Amino acid sequence: MSLETFIQQLTNGVSLGSLYALIAIGYTMVYGILRLINFAHSDIFMVGAYFAFYLIAVFRLPWLLSAILAVALTACVGMTIDRVAYRPVRNAPRISALITAVGVSFFLENLGLVTVGARPKPFQRPELMAKVVRIGPAAISGVSIWVPILSIGLVIILLYVIYRTKLGMAMRSVATDIDTTRLMGVNVDTVISYTFAIGSALAAAGGIMWACKYPQINPLMGIYPGWKAFTAAVVGGIGNITGAMIGGFLIGLIEIMAVAMFPSLSGYRDGIIFGLLLVFLLVRPTGILGETLKEKV
Amino acid sequence: MRRLLLSVVLAFVLISLGVAVYSAAPEPIIIGCNLEMTGQVAAYGQAAWEGINIAMQIVKPEALGRPVEFRLLDNKSDKIDTANASSRLIEKDNVSAIIGPMISGSMLSAGEVCEKKEVPIIGPTTTNPLTTQGKKYVFRACFIDPFQATIAATYCYRDLNAKTAAILSDISNDYCVALGNFFKQEFERLGGEIVSLTYCKAGDQDYSAQLTGIKNKNPDIIYIPNYYTEAALAVVQARDLGLKQPVFGADGIATEEFLAIGGKAVEGVMHTTFWHEKAAQSELSKKYVELYRQKYGADDEVNVFGALAADCYLIVLDAIKRAGSADPKAVALAIEDTKDLQVITGSVTIENGDAIKPVVFREVKNGKWDYKTMVNP
Repeated sequence: MSLETFIQQLTNGVSLGSLYALIAIGYTMVYGILRLINFAHSDIFMVGAYFAFYLIAVFRLPWLLSAILAVALTACVGMTIDRVAYRPVRNAPRISALITAVGVSFFLENLGLVTVGARPKPFQRPELMAKVVRIGPAAISGVSIWVPILSIGLVIILLYVIYRTKLGMAMRSVATDIDTTRLMGVNVDTVISYTFAIGSALAAAGGIMWACKYPQINPLMGIYPGWKAFTAAVVGGIGNITGAMIGGFLIGLIEIMAVAMFPSLSGYRDGIIFGLLLVFLLVRPTGILGETLKEKV
Repeated sequence: MRRLLLSVVLAFVLISLGVAVYSAAPEPIIIGCNLEMTGQVAAYGQAAWEGINIAMQIVKPEALGRPVEFRLLDNKSDKIDTANASSRLIEKDNVSAIIGPMISGSMLSAGEVCEKKEVPIIGPTTTNPLTTQGKKYVFRACFIDPFQATIAATYCYRDLNAKTAAILSDISNDYCVALGNFFKQEFERLGGEIVSLTYCKAGDQDYSAQLTGIKNKNPDIIYIPNYYTEAALAVVQARDLGLKQPVFGADGIATEEFLAIGGKAVEGVMHTTFWHEKAAQSELSKKYVELYRQKYGADDEVNVFGALAADCYLIVLDAIKRAGSADPKAVALAIEDTKDLQVITGSVTIENGDAIKPVVFREVKNGKWDYKTMVNP
């Protein structure tokens, strides 16, 4: 492989990895606080992309405004899902919540199929995102520059919220012990509601960025990115936000480099990544940065 | 007790009335539609269903003095679901024949079921040669892949003067892998060289790694024989990465989604396909184009997949009429005997389950498919 090609592949890897990271942050945050693997995360990702699509294509709003509105709307969807699907099973065994999450995931996918149809829709990329910049030998599309910046920025904001604000303190408290938190006079349901709002907003941001990079959206678009992000979250240490970030970049780089080194195996790239997930679950289930947990779902 | 008795009597009266009304009308002949309404290639199945419905306005769904009805099942573009849908249509709905699926991989699994149950199944666009090979009940209304890929390779080598080529095919679909291989065989036989042969998988959205590898090899042409979403995303990313080579595709990209997702990036992409409205000469095709435009707007591309599915409807209807019976075995024999039947895309003759059809070349120009030429077998 020439140096030029190598640099381009590295860029490709970072660009894909940053997208995985963006999705993985939301996955891991909800898990960190509620010990719930929110399988519907990848479908909320899809919902976010569709909101942006309709705001741009139907309501003709400017791109940035549509994106912000879509994120806000998706946050509301996240809160609604929590209210309707997760709150009733909050005191049930953890496995019930997990099954509910799978149910919500299927529900959103099929609702999408019925309402917007199965055929993919073209997502309009703003000039800022579509423009291709050439840095040295590498060609980088605008979205690949913005997504890593956005991901890192969001991680910093998220860490600030969790460790420096009152809401964050309540979230960490819920993560430690829900009943005690309730006894201390904290409205646990509100805190969890906000957790889902933030998680869903992150998913929406990921969905919109994904659609800018790969300009088509369909109701099942979230499935594979969701699984990859889940893998990233596990590899980084599920529950750990910085870990999810690192995991995302790592998964993106491994995926691209595997194809780059072994082009004849390029059809099996998902297999390589999910194989890695298996290895991590067997050898180091807490991931790179994760703390040891007594209980796992 | 009296109320119970009354309701029982009432129920009997209603049932016998229903039976009386029902038996007065002739029993309908059922044709199954096993189509990709959702999933990876939803555009094909939905276009096919549109096509069948338009064809029903041209030729009334009636045979042997009985009405012909359709049972539509969604196979989710999935091989296993397609096989299951076929079983259900045969066992529960007692169909005389099945139209669909649209893609070869699914036909390989559904064909197996139909062969065992001895019910004819006809794929509008299942181009892989293996689907009908050695089978008496599996048919197709289109040409086969070796023909399409050979012609594509010859065109690239001779007319576009390409001496080196790269192939990016979807490893999870029999259709894509086989097309890539047929193209490779012919291109190398002509004296060309395949400098890069890489794969992707259905549902993949990132092709940057494969395309960077291709860019490094700098081929004269890139052959992408994949379905529309995957192909469009690959072309967009190829242009983003600065690959300027012409891209050649196969029949799978003939959807509006390819043009919409690809946007400016797919300008100049060429492909081989079954039909184009400009190649429509018969009365039947003109009528079809007219009705299509009425329903879907004057600017809309008349979808090839819909036209081929409409062909299947006409082939099956004609076979039932000639067989003089709705018995699946008789219908299968009659389909095999189809000769010079006028259908939407021209005239069709079926031999060993395969339709003998020309290949059409098209190129994307100003966001539309532009008809170039037609090659007869």
